[in-house]
Amino acid sequence: MNIHTAPLDGTLVGHGDDHGETHSEAGKTPLGFWIYLMSDCILFASVFAGFAVVRGNLAGGPNGRELFELNYVAIETALLLISSLTYGLAMIAVGQNKLKAVYGWLALTFLLGLGFIGMEINEFAKLIAEGAGPGRSAFLSGFFTLVGTHGLHVSAGLIWMGVMFAHLARRGLNEINQTRLLLLSLFWHFLDIIWIGVFSIVYLMGAA
Amino acid sequence: MNAPVQNPPHDDGGASHGSAKSYLIGFALAVILTVIPFGLVMGHVMPAASVVPVVAALGLVQIAVHLVFFLHMNTSSGQLWNNAAFVFTLVIVGILVLGSLWIMYHLNMNMMPGMMPSD
Repeated sequence: MNIHTAPLDGTLVGHGDDHGETHSEAGKTPLGFWIYLMSDCILFASVFAGFAVVRGNLAGGPNGRELFELNYVAIETALLLISSLTYGLAMIAVGQNKLKAVYGWLALTFLLGLGFIGMEINEFAKLIAEGAGPGRSAFLSGFFTLVGTHGLHVSAGLIWMGVMFAHLARRGLNEINQTRLLLLSLFWHFLDIIWIGVFSIVYLMGAA
Repeated sequence: MNAPVQNPPHDDGGASHGSAKSYLIGFALAVILTVIPFGLVMGHVMPAASVVPVVAALGLVQIAVHLVFFLHMNTSSGQLWNNAAFVFTLVIVGILVLGSLWIMYHLNMNMMPGMMPSD
C-alpha cells in the first residue's frame, strides 16, 4: 500500500502493527489536517470577500489594469503549478521508498516555491516604490492583504519543507516522516488552489 | 482510541489514484485551464463584461481538477468525513462571500462603485 495512493483516506504505508502508537495516529492525522485546511479555506474566503467588497474603491489611485503585468503573473502561476506537479512526483517517490528521488523532487519543489515568493516580494517592492503601496487605496489594502496572506502561507510551506529535509536526513522515510510529507503535500496543493482564485479574481478580472 | 474515521483496509482507491500518470493528466488539464483565461485576458479577445464569467467558470473547473488529481478527493467511504467537512466549508464560504457582497452592495450606496446614481 503506497502512501500516495489515497492520502485523504488516511491509509498510510505499511499497516504493520510494529508501531502501534504512530499507526493509530497516522490514521486520523490526515483528517485532522484536512479540517485545518478547510478552516484555512474559510480564512481565505473572508479575505477574498473583503477584497471583492473594496476592489473598486481606488481613492483616485491606480487600478488593476494599470498596475498588473500579466506576463509576470503568468510566470508566477507557472512556478506554483509546476511545483504542485513536482511535489506529486515526490510523493510517488515516497510510495516507492526512494529517498534520493524524494530529496530531488522536494528540492525542486522548494526552489520553485522560493522563485514564486521571490517574484512576489519583487512585485510588492515595485508597487510600493511606485507609490501603489497598501496605504494608497482600499483596493490596494485588499490586494496586499489577500496576496500577502497567500504569500505568507507559501513561505510557511517552504519553512516546513526545509524542516522536512532535516527530518529526512535524520530518520529517512519512516512512518512519521511519511505522514509529515503527506500533510505538507495537502498543504502545498491547497495553496495552489488558493492561487487559482487569486490569479482569476485579482489579476485576470482586475486587468480585464 | 475512537478515530473519527475508520480506515477501510486497503480500499480500492489505491491503484487508480496518485500514479505519475494521474499527476501528469491533472497537470496537463491545469495548464490548459490556466492558459485559456490568461490568453483571453491578455489577448483582449472578449469585452471585459463577458470575459469575467468565463474566467470564473474556468477557475472553478481548474479547482475541481486540482482537488481530484492533486488532492485525490473521491467519493469512497474512506473519505466520508473529509467530504462532509468539504461540503460544510463550501456552504460557509458561499454564505461568507455572497453574503458579504450582497450586504455591502445594499447597505451603503456609496460603499461600492457601480451602485452610485452617477455611474
